[in-house]
Amino acid sequence: MKLVWPRLLVVIPALNEEATIGAVVRDARTHLNCDVLVIDDGSTDSTVDNARHAGATVLSLPYNLGVGGALRTGLRYAAGHGYNRVVQLDGDGQHEAVEAKRLLDRIEDGHDLVIGSRFAAGYELGRGRRLTMRILSRIVSRRLGARITDTTSGFRAMGPEAIALFSRNYPSDYLSDTVEALLMAGAAGLQVAEVDVEMRPRQGGVPSAHGTKGAYHLARLLLAIGLQGTVKRPANSAGAGIGVAVG
Amino acid sequence: MSNEIELVAVAISLAYVLFIARLVRRGQLREKYAMLWMAVGGAVVVVSLSRGPMDAVARALGIHYGPSILFLLAIMFLMAVVAHLSWELSRLEERTRKLAEELALLRPRPPERLVDADPAVSAPDADAIAEPDPDTWVGPPVTPQ
Repeated sequence: MKLVWPRLLVVIPALNEEATIGAVVRDARTHLNCDVLVIDDGSTDSTVDNARHAGATVLSLPYNLGVGGALRTGLRYAAGHGYNRVVQLDGDGQHEAVEAKRLLDRIEDGHDLVIGSRFAAGYELGRGRRLTMRILSRIVSRRLGARITDTTSGFRAMGPEAIALFSRNYPSDYLSDTVEALLMAGAAGLQVAEVDVEMRPRQGGVPSAHGTKGAYHLARLLLAIGLQGTVKRPANSAGAGIGVAVG
Repeated sequence: MSNEIELVAVAISLAYVLFIARLVRRGQLREKYAMLWMAVGGAVVVVSLSRGPMDAVARALGIHYGPSILFLLAIMFLMAVVAHLSWELSRLEERTRKLAEELALLRPRPPERLVDADPAVSAPDADAIAEPDPDTWVGPPVTPQ
Protein backbone atom coordinates (compact mmCIF):
# COMPACT_ATOMS: atom_id res chain seq x y z
CA MET A 1 0.00 0.00 0.00
CA LYS A 2 1.25 3.42 -0.91
CA LEU A 3 1.33 5.81 2.00
CA VAL A 4 0.61 9.43 1.24
CA TRP A 5 0.83 12.10 3.93
CA PRO A 6 -2.03 14.53 3.90
CA ARG A 7 -0.99 17.94 2.65
CA LEU A 8 -3.70 20.39 3.51
CA LEU A 9 -4.45 23.64 1.75
CA VAL A 10 -7.12 25.94 3.14
CA VAL A 11 -8.71 27.87 0.27
CA ILE A 12 -10.53 31.09 1.10
CA PRO A 13 -12.33 32.98 -1.68
CA ALA A 14 -12.48 36.63 -0.61
CA LEU A 15 -14.02 39.77 -2.00
CA ASN A 16 -13.50 42.90 0.08
CA GLU A 17 -13.19 41.12 3.43
CA GLU A 18 -10.46 43.30 4.94
CA ALA A 19 -12.19 43.39 8.32
CA THR A 20 -12.22 39.63 8.81
CA ILE A 21 -9.70 38.01 6.47
CA GLY A 22 -6.71 38.38 8.77
CA ALA A 23 -8.47 36.66 11.65
CA VAL A 24 -9.79 33.90 9.38
CA VAL A 25 -6.31 33.17 8.02
CA ARG A 26 -4.72 33.18 11.49
CA ASP A 27 -7.54 31.00 12.83
CA ALA A 28 -6.90 28.41 10.11
CA ARG A 29 -3.13 28.47 10.61
CA THR A 30 -3.47 28.10 14.37
CA HIS A 31 -5.92 25.21 14.38
CA LEU A 32 -4.96 23.26 11.30
CA ASN A 33 -1.58 22.13 10.02
CA CYS A 34 -2.00 23.77 6.67
CA ASP A 35 -0.98 26.30 4.09
CA VAL A 36 -3.52 29.01 3.48
CA LEU A 37 -4.41 30.30 0.04
CA VAL A 38 -6.63 33.36 -0.30
CA ILE A 39 -8.18 33.92 -3.71
CA ASP A 40 -8.70 37.63 -4.03
CA ASP A 41 -11.70 37.97 -6.34
CA GLY A 42 -11.09 41.56 -7.38
CA SER A 43 -11.03 43.22 -3.95
CA THR A 44 -10.55 46.97 -3.82
CA ASP A 45 -9.73 47.21 -0.10
CA SER A 46 -6.82 45.89 1.96
CA THR A 47 -7.93 42.24 1.77
CA VAL A 48 -4.72 41.19 -0.03
CA ASP A 49 -2.36 42.95 2.39
CA ASN A 50 -4.20 41.71 5.46
CA ALA A 51 -4.24 38.13 4.17
CA ARG A 52 -0.51 38.12 3.38
CA HIS A 53 0.19 39.80 6.68
CA ALA A 54 -1.60 36.97 8.46
CA GLY A 55 0.47 34.37 6.61
CA ALA A 56 -1.55 33.45 3.54
CA THR A 57 -0.41 33.10 -0.04
CA VAL A 58 -2.64 35.26 -2.21
CA LEU A 59 -3.76 34.76 -5.80
CA SER A 60 -5.33 37.89 -7.22
CA LEU A 61 -7.84 37.51 -10.03
CA PRO A 62 -7.66 40.42 -12.48
CA TYR A 63 -11.41 40.98 -12.19
CA ASN A 64 -14.33 39.49 -10.29
CA LEU A 65 -15.12 35.91 -11.33
CA GLY A 66 -17.47 34.97 -8.50
CA VAL A 67 -16.97 32.28 -5.89
CA GLY A 68 -16.97 29.47 -8.46
CA GLY A 69 -14.15 30.94 -10.53
CA ALA A 70 -12.17 31.80 -7.42
CA LEU A 71 -12.59 28.29 -6.10
CA ARG A 72 -11.58 26.61 -9.32
CA THR A 73 -8.44 28.76 -9.34
CA GLY A 74 -7.69 27.62 -5.80
CA LEU A 75 -8.28 23.98 -6.64
CA ARG A 76 -6.05 24.18 -9.69
CA TYR A 77 -3.37 25.64 -7.45
CA ALA A 78 -3.90 22.79 -4.97
CA ALA A 79 -3.70 20.14 -7.70
CA GLY A 80 -0.67 21.75 -9.32
CA HIS A 81 1.21 21.95 -6.03
CA GLY A 82 0.54 18.44 -4.80
CA TYR A 83 -1.98 19.11 -2.06
CA ASN A 84 -4.28 16.16 -1.38
CA ARG A 85 -6.62 17.81 1.11
CA VAL A 86 -8.47 21.07 0.61
CA VAL A 87 -10.69 22.85 3.08
CA GLN A 88 -12.82 25.67 1.74
CA LEU A 89 -13.73 28.46 4.14
CA ASP A 90 -15.61 31.73 3.80
CA GLY A 91 -13.58 34.89 4.20
CA ASP A 92 -16.22 36.53 6.39
CA GLY A 93 -15.37 34.45 9.44
CA GLN A 94 -18.58 32.46 9.82
CA HIS A 95 -16.76 29.13 9.52
CA GLU A 96 -14.60 28.03 12.42
CA ALA A 97 -11.35 26.38 11.45
CA VAL A 98 -11.58 24.08 14.48
CA GLU A 99 -14.72 22.54 12.99
CA ALA A 100 -12.83 21.73 9.79
CA LYS A 101 -11.10 18.92 11.64
CA ARG A 102 -14.40 17.07 11.89
CA LEU A 103 -14.82 17.45 8.13
CA LEU A 104 -11.29 16.17 7.55
CA ASP A 105 -11.98 13.17 9.77
CA ARG A 106 -14.63 12.06 7.32
CA ILE A 107 -12.16 12.50 4.45
CA GLU A 108 -9.82 10.14 6.29
CA ASP A 109 -12.79 7.72 6.55
CA GLY A 110 -12.75 7.46 2.77
CA HIS A 111 -15.14 10.21 1.73
CA ASP A 112 -14.13 12.49 -1.12
CA LEU A 113 -16.25 15.54 -0.37
CA VAL A 114 -17.60 16.54 3.04
CA ILE A 115 -20.07 19.36 3.58
CA GLY A 116 -20.30 21.34 6.81
CA SER A 117 -23.99 21.92 7.52
CA ARG A 118 -25.22 25.09 9.22
CA PHE A 119 -28.51 23.64 10.29
CA ALA A 120 -27.30 21.81 13.35
CA ALA A 121 -26.59 25.13 15.01
CA GLY A 122 -30.16 26.28 14.47
CA TYR A 123 -29.32 28.52 11.57
CA GLU A 124 -32.29 30.84 11.01
CA LEU A 125 -33.77 31.30 7.54
CA GLY A 126 -36.67 33.25 6.08
CA ARG A 127 -39.62 31.26 4.82
CA GLY A 128 -38.75 31.56 1.12
CA ARG A 129 -35.19 30.51 1.68
CA ARG A 130 -36.20 27.62 3.90
CA LEU A 131 -38.48 26.24 1.19
CA THR A 132 -35.74 26.67 -1.41
CA MET A 133 -33.24 24.88 0.77
CA ARG A 134 -35.66 22.03 1.36
CA ILE A 135 -36.28 21.56 -2.37
CA LEU A 136 -32.57 21.62 -3.15
CA SER A 137 -31.87 19.23 -0.31
CA ARG A 138 -34.46 16.78 -1.62
CA ILE A 139 -33.06 16.87 -5.17
CA VAL A 140 -29.44 16.58 -4.14
CA SER A 141 -30.00 13.88 -1.52
CA ARG A 142 -31.89 11.73 -3.98
CA ARG A 143 -29.23 12.03 -6.68
CA LEU A 144 -26.35 11.38 -4.29
CA GLY A 145 -27.99 8.69 -2.23
CA ALA A 146 -26.78 10.50 0.89
CA ARG A 147 -28.62 12.93 3.11
CA ILE A 148 -27.44 16.47 2.41
CA THR A 149 -29.44 19.20 4.16
CA ASP A 150 -27.25 22.26 3.60
CA THR A 151 -26.66 22.13 -0.14
CA THR A 152 -25.38 25.71 -0.42
CA SER A 153 -22.82 25.51 2.33
CA GLY A 154 -19.48 27.07 1.48
CA PHE A 155 -17.73 25.11 4.24
CA ARG A 156 -16.32 21.95 2.68
CA ALA A 157 -13.43 19.53 2.77
CA MET A 158 -12.15 17.66 -0.26
CA GLY A 159 -9.92 14.67 -0.82
CA PRO A 160 -7.63 14.03 -3.80
CA GLU A 161 -10.37 12.71 -6.09
CA ALA A 162 -12.55 15.76 -5.52
CA ILE A 163 -9.60 18.11 -5.99
CA ALA A 164 -8.74 16.46 -9.31
CA LEU A 165 -12.36 16.59 -10.50
CA PHE A 166 -13.06 20.18 -9.52
CA SER A 167 -9.73 21.57 -10.69
CA ARG A 168 -10.66 20.39 -14.19
CA ASN A 169 -14.23 21.53 -14.20
CA TYR A 170 -16.04 23.68 -11.71
CA PRO A 171 -19.40 25.41 -12.14
CA SER A 172 -18.92 29.15 -11.94
CA ASP A 173 -22.41 30.63 -11.60
CA TYR A 174 -23.83 31.82 -8.31
CA LEU A 175 -25.35 28.89 -6.31
CA SER A 176 -24.01 26.46 -8.93
CA ASP A 177 -20.65 26.53 -7.23
CA THR A 178 -22.23 24.69 -4.33
CA VAL A 179 -25.33 22.77 -5.47
CA GLU A 180 -24.22 21.86 -8.98
CA ALA A 181 -20.78 20.93 -7.71
CA LEU A 182 -22.41 18.41 -5.37
CA LEU A 183 -24.28 16.81 -8.25
CA MET A 184 -21.10 16.72 -10.33
CA ALA A 185 -19.37 14.92 -7.50
CA GLY A 186 -22.22 12.42 -7.36
CA ALA A 187 -22.16 11.88 -11.13
CA ALA A 188 -18.41 11.24 -10.95
CA GLY A 189 -19.00 8.56 -8.32
CA LEU A 190 -17.40 10.44 -5.44
CA GLN A 191 -18.42 9.68 -1.86
CA VAL A 192 -20.16 12.70 -0.38
CA ALA A 193 -21.03 13.17 3.28
CA GLU A 194 -22.39 15.90 5.49
CA VAL A 195 -21.28 16.88 8.99
CA ASP A 196 -23.08 19.23 11.36
CA VAL A 197 -20.89 22.15 12.35
CA GLU A 198 -21.13 25.11 14.65
CA MET A 199 -21.02 28.42 12.85
CA ARG A 200 -20.55 31.97 13.94
CA PRO A 201 -22.86 34.68 12.68
CA ARG A 202 -21.35 36.65 9.80
CA GLN A 203 -18.76 39.02 11.15
CA GLY A 204 -18.76 41.40 8.23
CA GLY A 205 -19.78 41.83 4.62
CA VAL A 206 -23.26 41.54 3.17
CA PRO A 207 -25.06 38.38 2.04
CA SER A 208 -25.53 38.24 -1.72
CA ALA A 209 -28.70 37.78 -3.76
CA HIS A 210 -32.13 38.20 -2.23
CA GLY A 211 -35.68 38.41 -3.56
CA THR A 212 -36.12 38.40 -7.32
CA LYS A 213 -32.40 38.05 -7.92
CA GLY A 214 -32.41 34.96 -5.74
CA ALA A 215 -35.42 33.62 -7.63
CA TYR A 216 -33.65 34.14 -10.95
CA HIS A 217 -30.59 32.27 -9.72
CA LEU A 218 -32.75 29.46 -8.37
CA ALA A 219 -34.56 29.10 -11.72
CA ARG A 220 -31.25 29.03 -13.58
CA LEU A 221 -29.91 26.48 -11.13
CA LEU A 222 -32.95 24.23 -11.49
CA LEU A 223 -32.53 24.37 -15.27
CA ALA A 224 -28.89 23.41 -14.90
CA ILE A 225 -29.82 20.55 -12.58
CA GLY A 226 -32.57 19.37 -14.91
CA LEU A 227 -30.21 19.28 -17.88
CA GLN A 228 -27.29 17.82 -16.01
CA GLY A 229 -26.52 14.28 -16.97
CA THR A 230 -28.55 14.51 -20.16
CA VAL A 231 -25.66 16.18 -22.01
CA LYS A 232 -22.01 15.51 -21.57
CA ARG A 233 -20.39 18.83 -20.94
CA PRO A 234 -16.84 19.25 -22.22
CA ALA A 235 -14.19 19.99 -19.62
CA ASN A 236 -13.91 23.75 -19.47
CA SER A 237 -10.41 23.93 -18.23
CA ALA A 238 -7.13 22.92 -19.77
CA GLY A 239 -6.43 20.59 -16.85
CA ALA A 240 -5.01 20.69 -13.41
CA GLY A 241 -1.37 20.45 -14.24
CA ILE A 242 -0.31 24.04 -14.16
CA GLY A 243 3.29 23.82 -13.10
CA VAL A 244 3.77 27.19 -11.46
CA ALA A 245 6.30 27.37 -8.68
CA VAL A 246 5.60 29.42 -5.62
CA GLY A 247 7.91 32.43 -5.64
CA MET B 1 -46.44 46.94 -58.25
CA SER B 2 -44.61 50.22 -57.99
CA ASN B 3 -40.96 50.58 -58.90
CA GLU B 4 -40.35 53.08 -56.14
CA ILE B 5 -40.45 50.53 -53.34
CA GLU B 6 -38.08 48.28 -55.29
CA LEU B 7 -35.63 51.15 -55.62
CA VAL B 8 -35.84 51.93 -51.92
CA ALA B 9 -35.20 48.27 -51.05
CA VAL B 10 -32.21 48.07 -53.39
CA ALA B 11 -30.79 51.35 -52.05
CA ILE B 12 -31.07 50.19 -48.43
CA SER B 13 -29.47 46.84 -49.28
CA LEU B 14 -26.56 48.47 -51.09
CA ALA B 15 -26.00 50.92 -48.25
CA TYR B 16 -25.98 47.95 -45.87
CA VAL B 17 -23.41 46.05 -47.94
CA LEU B 18 -21.20 49.15 -48.12
CA PHE B 19 -21.48 49.59 -44.34
CA ILE B 20 -20.37 45.98 -43.79
CA ALA B 21 -17.51 46.39 -46.27
CA ARG B 22 -16.32 49.44 -44.36
CA LEU B 23 -16.33 47.57 -41.06
CA VAL B 24 -14.20 44.83 -42.62
CA ARG B 25 -11.75 47.35 -44.10
CA ARG B 26 -11.31 48.91 -40.67
CA GLY B 27 -10.69 45.51 -39.15
CA GLN B 28 -13.75 45.78 -36.91
CA LEU B 29 -15.54 42.74 -38.31
CA ARG B 30 -14.20 39.27 -38.99
CA GLU B 31 -14.50 38.17 -42.62
CA LYS B 32 -16.55 35.12 -41.71
CA TYR B 33 -19.34 37.36 -40.42
CA ALA B 34 -18.88 39.85 -43.25
CA MET B 35 -19.48 37.13 -45.83
CA LEU B 36 -22.69 36.13 -44.13
CA TRP B 37 -24.04 39.65 -43.94
CA MET B 38 -23.01 40.53 -47.48
CA ALA B 39 -24.78 37.42 -48.73
CA VAL B 40 -27.88 38.57 -46.85
CA GLY B 41 -27.61 42.03 -48.44
CA GLY B 42 -27.26 40.46 -51.88
CA ALA B 43 -30.26 38.19 -51.31
CA VAL B 44 -32.38 41.19 -50.35
CA VAL B 45 -31.38 42.97 -53.58
CA VAL B 46 -32.32 39.93 -55.66
CA VAL B 47 -35.66 39.48 -53.91
CA SER B 48 -36.44 43.19 -54.26
CA LEU B 49 -35.84 43.14 -58.01
CA SER B 50 -37.59 39.91 -58.93
CA ARG B 51 -40.75 39.27 -57.04
CA GLY B 52 -42.07 36.60 -59.39
CA PRO B 53 -40.14 33.64 -57.92
CA MET B 54 -41.02 34.69 -54.38
CA ASP B 55 -44.72 34.83 -55.18
CA ALA B 56 -44.47 31.44 -56.90
CA VAL B 57 -42.86 29.85 -53.84
CA ALA B 58 -45.48 31.42 -51.59
CA ARG B 59 -48.31 30.06 -53.72
CA ALA B 60 -46.77 26.60 -53.75
CA LEU B 61 -46.72 26.67 -49.94
CA GLY B 62 -50.30 27.90 -49.76
CA ILE B 63 -49.36 31.36 -48.47
CA HIS B 64 -51.75 33.98 -49.81
CA TYR B 65 -49.72 37.09 -49.20
CA GLY B 66 -46.35 36.61 -50.95
CA PRO B 67 -44.11 38.88 -48.85
CA SER B 68 -45.13 37.19 -45.59
CA ILE B 69 -42.86 34.28 -46.56
CA LEU B 70 -40.03 36.82 -46.33
CA PHE B 71 -40.96 37.66 -42.76
CA LEU B 72 -41.02 33.99 -41.87
CA LEU B 73 -37.61 33.34 -43.41
CA ALA B 74 -36.13 36.52 -41.93
CA ILE B 75 -37.29 35.69 -38.41
CA MET B 76 -36.00 32.12 -38.62
CA PHE B 77 -32.68 33.33 -39.98
CA LEU B 78 -32.27 36.01 -37.29
CA MET B 79 -33.12 33.53 -34.52
CA ALA B 80 -30.43 31.20 -35.82
CA VAL B 81 -27.91 34.04 -35.97
CA VAL B 82 -28.71 35.26 -32.44
CA ALA B 83 -28.45 31.72 -31.04
CA HIS B 84 -25.08 31.39 -32.73
CA LEU B 85 -23.91 34.68 -31.22
CA SER B 86 -25.03 33.60 -27.73
CA TRP B 87 -23.06 30.42 -28.22
CA GLU B 88 -19.96 32.34 -29.27
CA LEU B 89 -20.40 34.70 -26.33
CA SER B 90 -20.63 31.81 -23.84
CA ARG B 91 -17.49 30.33 -25.32
CA LEU B 92 -15.67 33.66 -25.11
CA GLU B 93 -16.78 34.17 -21.51
CA GLU B 94 -15.39 30.77 -20.59
CA ARG B 95 -12.13 31.58 -22.37
CA THR B 96 -11.61 34.97 -20.72
CA ARG B 97 -12.50 33.36 -17.39
CA LYS B 98 -9.82 30.76 -17.91
CA LEU B 99 -7.33 33.44 -18.92
CA ALA B 100 -8.09 35.36 -15.72
CA GLU B 101 -7.52 32.18 -13.68
CA GLU B 102 -4.22 31.46 -15.47
CA LEU B 103 -3.09 35.01 -14.82
CA ALA B 104 -3.84 34.71 -11.11
CA LEU B 105 -2.05 31.33 -10.96
CA LEU B 106 1.02 32.79 -12.65
CA ARG B 107 1.58 35.46 -10.01
CA PRO B 108 1.07 34.03 -6.54
CA ARG B 109 1.89 36.49 -3.80
CA PRO B 110 3.63 34.73 -0.92
CA PRO B 111 2.88 35.47 2.72
CA GLU B 112 4.74 38.34 4.31
CA ARG B 113 7.52 37.44 6.67
CA LEU B 114 7.10 39.90 9.46
CA VAL B 115 9.97 41.45 11.31
CA ASP B 116 8.13 43.48 13.84
CA ALA B 117 9.36 44.85 17.12
CA ASP B 118 6.00 45.04 18.79
CA PRO B 119 3.94 41.86 18.44
CA ALA B 120 1.18 43.31 20.57
CA VAL B 121 0.05 45.79 17.93
CA SER B 122 0.66 43.64 14.86
CA ALA B 123 -0.19 40.19 13.57
CA PRO B 124 1.68 37.28 15.19
CA ASP B 125 4.99 36.36 13.64
CA ALA B 126 4.42 34.19 10.57
CA ASP B 127 7.12 31.73 11.69
CA ALA B 128 5.55 31.32 15.09
CA ILE B 129 2.09 30.40 13.84
CA ALA B 130 3.43 28.14 11.09
CA GLU B 131 4.38 25.68 13.84
CA PRO B 132 1.46 23.25 14.27
CA ASP B 133 -0.03 22.84 17.69
CA PRO B 134 0.40 19.13 18.67
CA ASP B 135 -2.91 19.12 20.55
CA THR B 136 -4.98 20.22 17.61
CA TRP B 137 -3.09 18.75 14.66
CA VAL B 138 -5.27 16.43 12.62
CA GLY B 139 -2.89 14.09 10.82
CA PRO B 140 0.67 12.81 10.46
CA PRO B 141 3.45 15.40 10.20
CA VAL B 142 3.89 17.29 6.99
CA THR B 143 7.16 18.43 5.54
CA PRO B 144 6.90 22.14 4.90
CA GLN B 145 7.16 23.24 1.27
